[in-house]
Amino acid sequence: MQGSEEKRWSYLVAGAVILAVWQVLAYFVESPALPPPYIVLHSFISQLNKIAVHMLISAYRVIYSILLALSLAIPIGLSCHEKSVDRFVAPFLYLLYPIPHIVLLPLIILLFGIGDLSKIALIGMIVFFQILVTTRDAARNVDSYYVYSLLSLGASKKDVYKHVVLPASLPKILTALRISVGTAIAVLFFAESFATTAGLGYLIMMAWSKADYVSLYAGIVAMALLGFSLYIALEAVEKRLCRWV
Amino acid sequence: MAVVEAVNLGMVYPDGTRALKKVSFSVEDGESCAIIGPSGCGKTTLLFIFSGLLRPTEGCALIEGKEIVAPPKKAALILQNYGLFPWKTVIENVALGLQIRGMKAKDAKNTVKPILSKLGLEGFENHYPKQLSGGMQQRVAFARALAIKPKIMLMDEPFSSLDALSREKLQNFLLELWMKERLTMLLVTHSIEEAVFLGRQIVVLSPRPGKVVKIIENPMAGSVEYRNMEEYFEKCREVRKSVGATW
Repeated sequence: MQGSEEKRWSYLVAGAVILAVWQVLAYFVESPALPPPYIVLHSFISQLNKIAVHMLISAYRVIYSILLALSLAIPIGLSCHEKSVDRFVAPFLYLLYPIPHIVLLPLIILLFGIGDLSKIALIGMIVFFQILVTTRDAARNVDSYYVYSLLSLGASKKDVYKHVVLPASLPKILTALRISVGTAIAVLFFAESFATTAGLGYLIMMAWSKADYVSLYAGIVAMALLGFSLYIALEAVEKRLCRWV
Repeated sequence: MAVVEAVNLGMVYPDGTRALKKVSFSVEDGESCAIIGPSGCGKTTLLFIFSGLLRPTEGCALIEGKEIVAPPKKAALILQNYGLFPWKTVIENVALGLQIRGMKAKDAKNTVKPILSKLGLEGFENHYPKQLSGGMQQRVAFARALAIKPKIMLMDEPFSSLDALSREKLQNFLLELWMKERLTMLLVTHSIEEAVFLGRQIVVLSPRPGKVVKIIENPMAGSVEYRNMEEYFEKCREVRKSVGATW
């Protein structure tokens, strides 16, 4: 408990420092493009209802994409523990992973339309490859010592995945997921800045085009909050699942 | 009746490395056998064959007269560095064998509780292996092996990563366990003293490829006091001589 109390303080201090630096910069730059934090905060609160709706839509898109990506990448990645599966998967991975998937946006819009589906598909695809690459590496490098130890107890293949391959790979999967959250939000912004009328990306782009800098910042703050909450949620999951690390 | 038996065992790995050549020995019911040999002599290979994890390329390995084709239900294997799963708590590690044999996780945990307290692990049920000392981790490994009520214990240098004091303590512990439960024990080691203290039969292997150099009977082994007896030192000398001639 002592530790978490200390941690909370360190977060507060870091937050205060960031705000102070922002305030000082705003004071010296004196540009409408860099409003001081209290004005942004005021605008954020006064528009809270509107922002919350857009934030929920964005959160829905990004969480849905991540879950979709996980549900495909984890089973495929873990099954690469089997050399025969890996031999089949690896060439596809090597050919498809290095493509900057973000350039497929036009294609995805043509295929899936301009609704939520195309955004989820784009974010999901990018996160899928990031998780798959890490999960595959983790599954392939599971120490055979543990596998032997389990097999000697009479374990089946299913047991090996349940008791060794998955738990041994989990810390790496969660690390990859944490990195992917950042990517997912960045792609979300990109996807929402185009052909949509909802989401934080849309809000930011609209504010920008209207030169409403304060609202622009409120949107950025909302986006940062979205990323931050996902990050915190992931950390809680990690604490629960990987207590042994 | 021979419970564990090797008949002209030979093992050549797919890359052409020969690990074992014409290894034959047998261990009677309730007896203990120490296999001693230099590093890389195929000791671990031998143990993996008896645990059903590897198939020999020549000869055959028998348990109770039957050729081993899958991990035998009656045998428990203890690996070097204990073979515990770092992501499972002490009680989860110990209950795992029963769980894999079809018992519900909760029932398995209840079943193993008496074993934990017998091995002095009470109060550490929910610790993770890395929170324990080496000696305690070793006891968890024993608890996991005993949980499946084995008739045969196969051990791969179980004490090699312990300090001298804990090692002696756990050797005594294993000896007492063996005398009480009358298990058949097959122990692989590179320590002459350990082989003489624990093995009533000592199989000396040559450097790679492992061949049986000599089988030494050691009928005095089986009591904790043996360690301080003149006969023990005499036996150590005898083993050292046959080991020294080949390594």
